Amino acid sequence: MSLIHFQVLSAALFSIGVYGVLARRSAVMVLLALELMLNAVNVNLIAFAAYGEQVQATGQVIAIFVITVAAAEVGLAMAIILRLFRDRASVDVDEVDLMKW
Amino acid sequence: MTLHDLYLLSPELSLASLGMVVIILDMVLRRKGVLAAVSVVGLLAPLAFSISLWGDLSGEPDGQMVGIFNTLVVDKFSLFFKFLVMGIVALVVMSSVEYVSRLRQFQGEYYGLMLFSASGMMLLAATTDLISTYVALELTTLPLVALAAFLRDSRSTEAGIKFLLLSAMSSAVLLYGMTLTYGFTGTTQLVEIFERLGASLDATVPFGSHALFLGVIMIVAGFGFKIAAVPFQMWVPDVYEGAPTPITAYLSVASKAAGFAIILRVFYIGFGEISLDWAALFAVLSAVSMTVGNLVAIAQKNIKRMLAYSTIAHAGFLMVGVASIAARVPVGETTLGPSGVLFYLVAYAVTNLAAFFAIIAISNRTGSDMISSFAGMGRRAPFLAIILAFAIVSLLGIPPTAGFMGKLYMFSAAMKSDLAWLVVVGVVNSAISAYYYLKVIRVMYMVDPEGEEKIHVAYAPQAALYITALGILALGIFPGPLMTVAEKAVAVLFR
Repeated sequence: MSLIHFQVLSAALFSIGVYGVLARRSAVMVLLALELMLNAVNVNLIAFAAYGEQVQATGQVIAIFVITVAAAEVGLAMAIILRLFRDRASVDVDEVDLMKW
Repeated sequence: MTLHDLYLLSPELSLASLGMVVIILDMVLRRKGVLAAVSVVGLLAPLAFSISLWGDLSGEPDGQMVGIFNTLVVDKFSLFFKFLVMGIVALVVMSSVEYVSRLRQFQGEYYGLMLFSASGMMLLAATTDLISTYVALELTTLPLVALAAFLRDSRSTEAGIKFLLLSAMSSAVLLYGMTLTYGFTGTTQLVEIFERLGASLDATVPFGSHALFLGVIMIVAGFGFKIAAVPFQMWVPDVYEGAPTPITAYLSVASKAAGFAIILRVFYIGFGEISLDWAALFAVLSAVSMTVGNLVAIAQKNIKRMLAYSTIAHAGFLMVGVASIAARVPVGETTLGPSGVLFYLVAYAVTNLAAFFAIIAISNRTGSDMISSFAGMGRRAPFLAIILAFAIVSLLGIPPTAGFMGKLYMFSAAMKSDLAWLVVVGVVNSAISAYYYLKVIRVMYMVDPEGEEKIHVAYAPQAALYITALGILALGIFPGPLMTVAEKAVAVLFR
C-alpha cells in the first residue's frame, strides 16, 4: 500500500459523493452522499499525514474536526428535512421548487 | 492555551457568550423587546476588547499577535473586519425589532444565532490556518442556515434546505482542495505554505504543480460559493427570497465581507507565490459574475430576488480588487486592490443595509416583496422612499455616494494592474444595472399608490436607517479616513 492507493480511493469516494448529490432525489440520500464526500476528505488527510515527508499529526487532527463539524451539519440538516416533510409530505429535492429563476 | 490566548480570542468569546445570554434571557423574560436592546448594548463588550487589542498592536514590532497554536492572529486586518461585522450586527438587530416582534416564539434564538454567526465571521477574518478557516466557515454558515429556515413556512424551509445542502457541498469541495494543498506542502499554516511553495514550484505548469492546480481551483470554488460568485451562485436568489428579510440583509453584507476577508488572507499570504495564476482566475470569475448578475436581475419582479442578483454582480465588482494583485509590483501604489476591497465592503454594507432596511419597513406594512407593491411610496412613505432611492443610487455608483467611491477605487486598482478589459466590462455592467435599479425609483415616484395609508417606522429601525444613509453620504464625500485605515489594515498581507 502506498500513498497513491489512498489517493485513488479518496478521489473515487469523492466522485461517487458528487454523483450522489447531483443524481439522488431524496434529501436524506443527498445528505449521505455529502457524508461520502467528507469521508473522502478524511481518507486524504490521514493518508497525507501517514505518508508525508515527515509523519505528523496535523492531518489526523483536521480529520477529527471534519467529523465533528459534519455531525453538527447532519443535526441541522435532519431538523430542516423534518420540517420539509411536515410541510409537503415528501423529502424529494426535485419537488422543492417553489422558487426558481 | 494561555491567558493571553484567551485575551486574543476575547472579542469572539464575548460575542458568543452574548448570544447565549440572549437565548437564556428569552426563557426568563416576558417582555421580549428587551432582547434586541441586550443584543445591541452587549456588543459593547466585544467592541471594548477589540479597541483594547487595536491599542496593544502598536506595541508589537511586526504589528500582529499570534495565538492558540499559531492558528489565530490579531492584526489590523482582522480587527477591521471585527469592527465591520459588529457594526453590521448592531444595525441588523435594530432593524429587526419590528419584524421579530411578530414571531410568536424563538425571538431569543433569532438574535442568538445571529450573534453566533457573527463570532464565526470574526474568527474567519483572524485565522492563519486552513483548519481554523474551515471551522470558522462552518460556524458562520450553520447559524445562517437555521436563520434562513426560521419562519417555518414552506418558502423559508425551502431556502433552508437549499442553503444547507449546497453549502455543505461547497464545504466538502473546499476541504478537498485544502487537503490537496496540505498534501503538497505538508502544512496547514498559511505562512509556511507560502515559504514551502517558493521552493517547489514548476514554472512550466499552471499554478506551479498539478496538485496545486486542482487544489487552488477547488478552494476558489468553495470560497466562491460563500461570496456568491458565478458559477457558484445558484443558491443565492432562492435563499434571499425565502429567508426572513433582515436575515437576507445580514447574509448579503456580513457573509460577503467575511468571505472576502478569508479570500484575501488565504490567497495573498498562502498562495502569494502563484498570484498571477489565481489573479487571472478571479478576473474571469469577476467578469462573469458582473454580467450574469446584472442581466438576470433585469427580469426580476420580486425586490429581494432583484437584490440577490445585484449582490452577485457586486461580488463581481469586489473580485476586481482581488484580481488586481499585479498592483503590488510598482512601488507606491502597492495596496490599492485589497484596500479598495475593504473600502468597497464597508460602502456596500451601508448601502445594501439602507436599501434592505427601507424594504423591511415597507413590506412589513404591505406584506409583499413585489416591486409593483412599492408603487407610490414616494407619497405614502416619503422618508423611506427617499432613503431607498438614495441607496439605489449608491448601488448604481453615482456620486456623491459610497458606492461611487468604491467602484472608483476598484477600477483604478484594475487599471494599475493592466486589467483594462475588466474595467470596460465593469463600466458596461454599471450601465446595464441602471436599467433595473432605476425601475424601482420609477415605480416609487411615478406610479400611483394602491392605498393612501401612510407608513410609519418604529424608533430603532428609523435610527438604523439614519445611520446607514449618513454612512453612504459620508463615505461618498470623505472617503479618505476610511481608506487610510483600510491601507493600514491590508499592510499585513504584503510582507
